[in-house]
Amino acid sequence: MMKNISDVELLAPGHRACAGCGCILAIRYALKALGKNVIVSMSTGCMEVVTTPYPETAWRVPWIHVAFENVAAVASGVSRALKVLGKRGVKSVAIGGDGGTVDIGLQALSGAAERGENLLYICYDNEAYENTGIQRSGATPYGAWTTTTPVGRVKRGEDRPKKDMPAIMAAHGVPYVATASVGYPMDYIKKVKKAASIDGPTYIHVHAPCVLGWRIDSSKTIEVAKLAVLTGMWNLYEIENGVTRVTFKPPRRKPVSEYLKVQRRFRHLTDEEIMKIQQMVDEECKRFGIE
Amino acid sequence: MKKFMTGNDSAALAAKLARVKVISAYPITPQTTIVEKLSEFVANGELDAEYIKVESEHSALSACVGAAATGVRTFTATSSQGLMLMSEILFVASGLRLPIVMTNVNRSLSAPLSIWCDQQDSVAVRDSGWIQLYCENNQEILDSTIQAFRIAEETLLPVMVCFDGYILSHTAEPVDVPEQSEVDGFLPQYNYPYALDPEHPGSIGAVGVPDYYEEFRFMLQEEMLKAKEKILEVGKIFAEKFGRKYGLLERYRTEDAEIILLTMGSLAGSLKDMVDEYRQHGERVGLVKLRSFRPFPVRELKDAVGNAKAVAVLEKDVSPGLSGALFSDLSTALINSKKSPLLMNFICGLAGRDVSPLQIREAVKSTLEAVEAGEVKNPVRWLGLRETLMGLR
Amino acid sequence: MSSHTSTKKLLPGAVIMDPGSTEQNETGSWRSMRPVTDYEKCTSCMSCWLYCPDSAISCEKPPKVDYRYCKGCGICANVCPVKAITMVPEGQK
Repeated sequence: MMKNISDVELLAPGHRACAGCGCILAIRYALKALGKNVIVSMSTGCMEVVTTPYPETAWRVPWIHVAFENVAAVASGVSRALKVLGKRGVKSVAIGGDGGTVDIGLQALSGAAERGENLLYICYDNEAYENTGIQRSGATPYGAWTTTTPVGRVKRGEDRPKKDMPAIMAAHGVPYVATASVGYPMDYIKKVKKAASIDGPTYIHVHAPCVLGWRIDSSKTIEVAKLAVLTGMWNLYEIENGVTRVTFKPPRRKPVSEYLKVQRRFRHLTDEEIMKIQQMVDEECKRFGIE
Repeated sequence: MKKFMTGNDSAALAAKLARVKVISAYPITPQTTIVEKLSEFVANGELDAEYIKVESEHSALSACVGAAATGVRTFTATSSQGLMLMSEILFVASGLRLPIVMTNVNRSLSAPLSIWCDQQDSVAVRDSGWIQLYCENNQEILDSTIQAFRIAEETLLPVMVCFDGYILSHTAEPVDVPEQSEVDGFLPQYNYPYALDPEHPGSIGAVGVPDYYEEFRFMLQEEMLKAKEKILEVGKIFAEKFGRKYGLLERYRTEDAEIILLTMGSLAGSLKDMVDEYRQHGERVGLVKLRSFRPFPVRELKDAVGNAKAVAVLEKDVSPGLSGALFSDLSTALINSKKSPLLMNFICGLAGRDVSPLQIREAVKSTLEAVEAGEVKNPVRWLGLRETLMGLR
Repeated sequence: MSSHTSTKKLLPGAVIMDPGSTEQNETGSWRSMRPVTDYEKCTSCMSCWLYCPDSAISCEKPPKVDYRYCKGCGICANVCPVKAITMVPEGQK
């Protein structure tokens, strides 16, 4: 099983990510799938900050960071330049967090998708603006505590559902969209390889737990990532030329409470609130044909 | 070969002659015909370049950053609101020391909304770390844009070439256009030394921790100051090859001038006519046309205006709460001098308002009065305001 | 932030041409717990190597922890299917 995964580490240790960081795994696995012939453009965020404290860099592939909301535009420029230079074997890859993708980065990404740019966009989703201290993003799930959706007398956590970014990307008519999880690295790596091989805009949205933001023990990152999928709170699928295919069906979908109760960002939820979330998840899973 | 071209056409043609490889462009009045022209060149196969139809100016410059960092010559153009929208990335481009060239067609800033010419837009970003060159006419637009690529690539500083919206952008004049082979001989191959390349993987855009940030800003300032020499050097080589002279500024009949007018942009052309008129009447008036606004040529300006009795700075911008920017920058240049002329500031021509000979005569008259009095009361004046508002001043 | 006195020249734009130079920063100093492997139990399934966010476990059979970089997160102990890894307080044998 492990034989197919490269042993080359294109992200060096010594970076400043928190112990147990899920997002670093999102990067590490992506690089194992991509190999060295890439140019990575990255938005401002956790991954950018922890990997490049001047004068050090963890990156062993060429890498550029410009700003928060424009990584898809930067990567478009990189992609076109590579075309001009005739470097057909080098891929332009854009990587952004959930905030830099579904919120502030949406316009640039939409433009790149609409133009049919040849680039792979990977969104690592830790469900909040974690780098600046756990503020909510459009990807924060319903009910979650964050510092800008705190739990008080009047308001109790995030009151909006998670933005369906894969659907938005699919609506642009791009050739390939997929969801992934750091808890399922083989599935994720396979998807990255596939997405990178397609000439055109491709998108992968990878779920990655945040120890500090989700209030979990640092040892539980993979366990929690798996529970998200096993409870149907995060589903693994591909949308290839408009056709959706689930790539992993949990054998017997666990109740959402099993996922919610191990994260202190959800500890305030009443049974009624958990039931509401269960209903939302049940509907969503039905859409995908996941019982 | 002489061609009858608008300012915008001149800018587009210059980019074409420079063989730019990646163009990213978003339309905004009055820059639009530049991006339209470039897309025609590409569509006809006259220009072999990637044309990115970006969805905003912020993305336009961002794409240029990505392309320039990957190792190709890039170009974009904008104006006013577009310049403001991409302003975040202006600072990133200079901080990353990428040799990007951009045209900015000078247009006033909203609010109130306006599509007409003034210099508020580029003046507002004079702190962005970009070299700023201003043009008097369409020949200068073509020539300065071509030179800009060499200046940028030899300093690793981005350059914006600015010219007046409508007055130049949409007005046709005869322009001497060099041959492609001549421009090829003048512009070496694009070479960004740290180009993104899997064979030599580098990281661009790291976190500038407090231990190091100040040094990089110092390096940027040093390079900007040195760029004055580079602008002169490139201007000299250009003159040798193409016969037209360019420097940091132009002095027009300033040798024995008592009053010197100072301005940037197309207004210089009108002021030259006024200077001739004054000279005909025996009045010692001269003009300094500033070409390089950043880097600001302190020494050259001191030399040019130091012996005058007064300088009247005419500009199409204002920093509310103080004065026009050219006036305050000039004041900085002349500060601590043993002998300094009186300085007066005339805000004029905002949002395309015509700067008439009447207004200019009023400015010169006020300046002469200040010289007579030996002092300047209220150095910041406005030209051409409606009479009904005069009571407010 | 650690303060490196770099003797290398500062490149314009703060470009870094030393790929992987975070290696100089040994994050092992962060940990308060350390993973200890019982090699009797270990089956070399490589799960620990796969799930380590700091690439601090070697890709060999059996895998070994690189204590220079291990932050002591405990993921390896959590994912090991045979519970061959135990987290013990740093400093304890």
